[in-house]
Amino acid sequence: MSGVVGNKRPAGRPGVRGDVVLEVTGLCVDYGFSEDAVHGVVDATLTLRRGEVLGLAGESGSGKSTLAYAITRLLRAPGVITAGDVRFHGQDGDYDLLAADGETMRQLRWSQLAVVFQSAMNALNPVLTVGSQLTDVLKAHRPDLDRHARRDRAAELLGLVGITSDRLSSFPHELSGGMRQRVMIAMALALEPEVLIMDEPTTALDVVTQREILEELVGLRDRLGFAVLFITHDLSLLIELADTIAVMYAGRVVEYAPATALFRSPRHPYTAGLLNSFPSLHGKRVAMTGIPGSPPDLRHVPAGCPFNPRCRHALDVCRREAPTLLELPSAGRRAASCWLQTEGYIPPEALALPEPTHAGARIVARTGALAADLRNSDPQDPQIEAAGSAL
Amino acid sequence: MLRVLKSPKIALGLGLFLFFTLIAIIGPSIAPYSDPLKLVGTPWQHPSGKFLLGTTQQGQDVYSQLLIGTRPTLVISLISGVIATVLSVVIGVSAGFFGGIGDNLLSMLANVFLVLPALPFLIVINSYLPAGGKSNSTLLAVIISLTGWAWGARVLRAQTLSMRKRDFVDAARISGERSWRIIIFEVVPNLVPVIASSFVFTVLYAMGTYVALAFIGAIDPNAPWSWGSMLFWAQSNTAAQVGGWYWFAAPGICVALLGTSLVLLNFGIDEFINPRLRAAGLSRKGLKAAGVRSSNTLGLTPVVRKTPVPAATILEETV
Amino acid sequence: MTDPTNSARRHGAAPGGRVPALEARSLTKHFPVRGGWGMRKAVVHAVEDVNLVLHRGTVTSVVGESGSGKSTLARMLARLIEPTAGQVLLDGKPAPAGGREYSRLVQLVLQDPFASLNPVHGMRYILGRPLKIHGMAEGVATDDAIKDLLRRVALTPAEQFIEKMPHELSGGQRQRVAIARALAVQPEVLLADEPVSMLDVSIRLGVLNLLADLRDREQLAILYVTHDIASARYLADTIAVMYAGRVVEAGPAVQLTDRPQHPYTQLLLSAAPDPDRAESPSLAGAGSPPSLVNPPSGCRFHPRCPFAMPKCAEQNPPAFQVGPGQTSACWLHEGHTPKTSSTVSATAVEERTTRSIRDTSEG
Repeated sequence: MSGVVGNKRPAGRPGVRGDVVLEVTGLCVDYGFSEDAVHGVVDATLTLRRGEVLGLAGESGSGKSTLAYAITRLLRAPGVITAGDVRFHGQDGDYDLLAADGETMRQLRWSQLAVVFQSAMNALNPVLTVGSQLTDVLKAHRPDLDRHARRDRAAELLGLVGITSDRLSSFPHELSGGMRQRVMIAMALALEPEVLIMDEPTTALDVVTQREILEELVGLRDRLGFAVLFITHDLSLLIELADTIAVMYAGRVVEYAPATALFRSPRHPYTAGLLNSFPSLHGKRVAMTGIPGSPPDLRHVPAGCPFNPRCRHALDVCRREAPTLLELPSAGRRAASCWLQTEGYIPPEALALPEPTHAGARIVARTGALAADLRNSDPQDPQIEAAGSAL
Repeated sequence: MLRVLKSPKIALGLGLFLFFTLIAIIGPSIAPYSDPLKLVGTPWQHPSGKFLLGTTQQGQDVYSQLLIGTRPTLVISLISGVIATVLSVVIGVSAGFFGGIGDNLLSMLANVFLVLPALPFLIVINSYLPAGGKSNSTLLAVIISLTGWAWGARVLRAQTLSMRKRDFVDAARISGERSWRIIIFEVVPNLVPVIASSFVFTVLYAMGTYVALAFIGAIDPNAPWSWGSMLFWAQSNTAAQVGGWYWFAAPGICVALLGTSLVLLNFGIDEFINPRLRAAGLSRKGLKAAGVRSSNTLGLTPVVRKTPVPAATILEETV
Repeated sequence: MTDPTNSARRHGAAPGGRVPALEARSLTKHFPVRGGWGMRKAVVHAVEDVNLVLHRGTVTSVVGESGSGKSTLARMLARLIEPTAGQVLLDGKPAPAGGREYSRLVQLVLQDPFASLNPVHGMRYILGRPLKIHGMAEGVATDDAIKDLLRRVALTPAEQFIEKMPHELSGGQRQRVAIARALAVQPEVLLADEPVSMLDVSIRLGVLNLLADLRDREQLAILYVTHDIASARYLADTIAVMYAGRVVEAGPAVQLTDRPQHPYTQLLLSAAPDPDRAESPSLAGAGSPPSLVNPPSGCRFHPRCPFAMPKCAEQNPPAFQVGPGQTSACWLHEGHTPKTSSTVSATAVEERTTRSIRDTSEG
């Protein structure tokens, strides 16, 4: 017994940190079929690597949640995927998620691609104890475990997210919002997924609770090695949390870069504007401007680059033609969808800041630390371990 | 507003209701015989070219009876609907808005009227009416509305309770608005769909009650002449037993149709308030046209790579 | 009751001893909750003995998490909720209990612009009503006054916006309308309860800058209630941090955020998202706020506090002066004792903590 999460994995696991685990290429999602179908996501391309936290930032209507739902094929009608490719490179093989049938998706969804949604903490069944809800998941997906093993495993899972096992017999209403969200994360981790998709998982929580949960999440990621697709409107939070960030606007990925590089040297005017919308906690107070105007209604996206009406650098070409996401020269992998960054145009100074020298180094450093952490961890005592790695 | 008519439920309900309204208006003038009790033919004649809906046991024209009986039925139902709705709005909204002891008393009153068995209560009240009162339409409508307001009042009270805590009510108060103005101009306009739905149901209830009262003879079965009167006479002359089915079938079907039209209207109002019901998703037709078998798509976002086929789908932004 | 001359306990800016536009004195609110089966009457201690002053031409920010009582405080100041105890002073005089005269001088902007504008009314009605109620404009002049208001909150062209319904406006535009409605009566005090938390990130600053503008141009006394301490630092002159119904620390905005003294303020700052931070912060005092039905004895933060002493559980700490204009309700700061800094460093929390406490004890 004592099924520590790591124990389940075969010793020589084929998945290596840094390998691509989820690949989204040119994904398009529409709402409805008719001529006036709303384009929720347009030509989105993302790569998620093992052990990586990929942040997806955007405002309301930017398509960030639509994208997450579409990847897992959980998007409800009238949502339709109209183009693109979503590939999941699991331990046990590659899957084309857009060609997969219902049965395959159902099996993949919890066990390998787990999802935690914003309102997830309200999705717990109010009349069942936390423990029985956790063991139910195990019962359904791990028939090899007996009752005792399931119970132990449930206690262990709660331990992972910092909840003591005496809470197994608690009902959801006896837990605070933060605790319930932790339980949901524990449930998502129950089957040791390789990818965890989280849609605004902490938005409804207070900052202190949010910070606690995020610290735990990063610690778990470091230990268990899953990849996280973290969706939020709070770019300032992502810069601290994520390794790589994709910024979405009006259904398009407009910039994609390592977190530090994105923060220090944004290449898309929307990213720059967004960064200039978060007042700092330090230094001299300076007047900030945010971004004029408001995010577009997806039913009436402006012609050309969708950001052009709010962009202070907009050129004629921006109003005529939509730019495409282009790879940019950089130490890490980065891309932006802006005419100013294409050949023949000179970007303004604010969009051409030099990249920090260690932009690409962060993820490597972390990955190295993880390997050491994994080797040293004591598999017999997950709780101490969890506490130890919670930074 | 025209969008409303796109819903087949509303279109059918409204059509039926307008049809009966038309009959109520022109019925007496197009009826072959202006007096429903006039003996015009031999008894128990089956429907024919001469008597469209046959004749009664005394030889009266059922078709004329039906046309003439429409107006009082509809008018009394509508008047009691209006009175009961006004009562329920006044009582329900003020109970919900002000709360406290007043709310407790008014809620208790509503509960009492809810559990009161309506028909026996109305029969008792009727028996105390002066002789002339029993054929007074307005008085009848008032009495029926007495038992019809409580349900609507309860619903409106609950709605008002939630409305009272809305920010725009606080905002109006901060602006310095008086309570009565907040009720009339801020709260009630938001309750219009609920009030409309409650009105439609009350009219339905009033029609049923009125027909029932006439049918059991609790009110004067001849004045005013209504569908209930027809049912009363058909029953007391054992029309069913002697093969005169048309005598009770005609008003019975009319009651059912008018009732259906009101229910359909109510569904329509519901759909109008609740956009979720309107956009239940992609139409099956649209999916099929795009080559997706809907059995495949349960719980799975469809992937449609071909050029999309235009389909009549109402879209709600769900992003 | 509290001695009103005890200025150390009155949080908020006090430039030149002027009479504050609005003042809260020992405001307390206890909400009765219906006891369930046992029918035992329970009380939620939502706000406890809060003192706050709002001066003309300043923004005072109340920062706290959900359940800290910050919104209840704002609503008491707007006289939407009657305080259980304490006083609201308007221009130094006890304020009338609600009513039109009060709403002429003190206006509240609510959090959710999608809920605070009645969907059945257009802009002309929404903005015209306060003008009419308070006799600010009559007849034909009303339309001009409404357009003026729309221009003041940068909703131009005003000729178009005056014809709109709420559902035709974006979140940021709605919040501007809500602010315009509050400005219609030419108030002296503007209370804003989380005015930007429901708005998209890119348009928040626009609304915050509008508030700053109103402070500077029209000399309004503004209360900015928020959970986002970074935005409070950006906008406010003074910050008061609330925890579980009490003000735990107050002081000049930049000074307070740069050198937080109260352990809770330090926790709040360390938990706030901060892209400049090099490493993950350590959270001293993790956990969640206590139940306000049975709040902890003494200092309400003591069950979570990493520095808690026996005294903390027994007595509620008064506000101690910890810097120029800065007060902290924490026994660590009793009488500026330097021993606090050693206490702090002994527990080896953030370096910043130690530094700041040393700074104050030396200064």
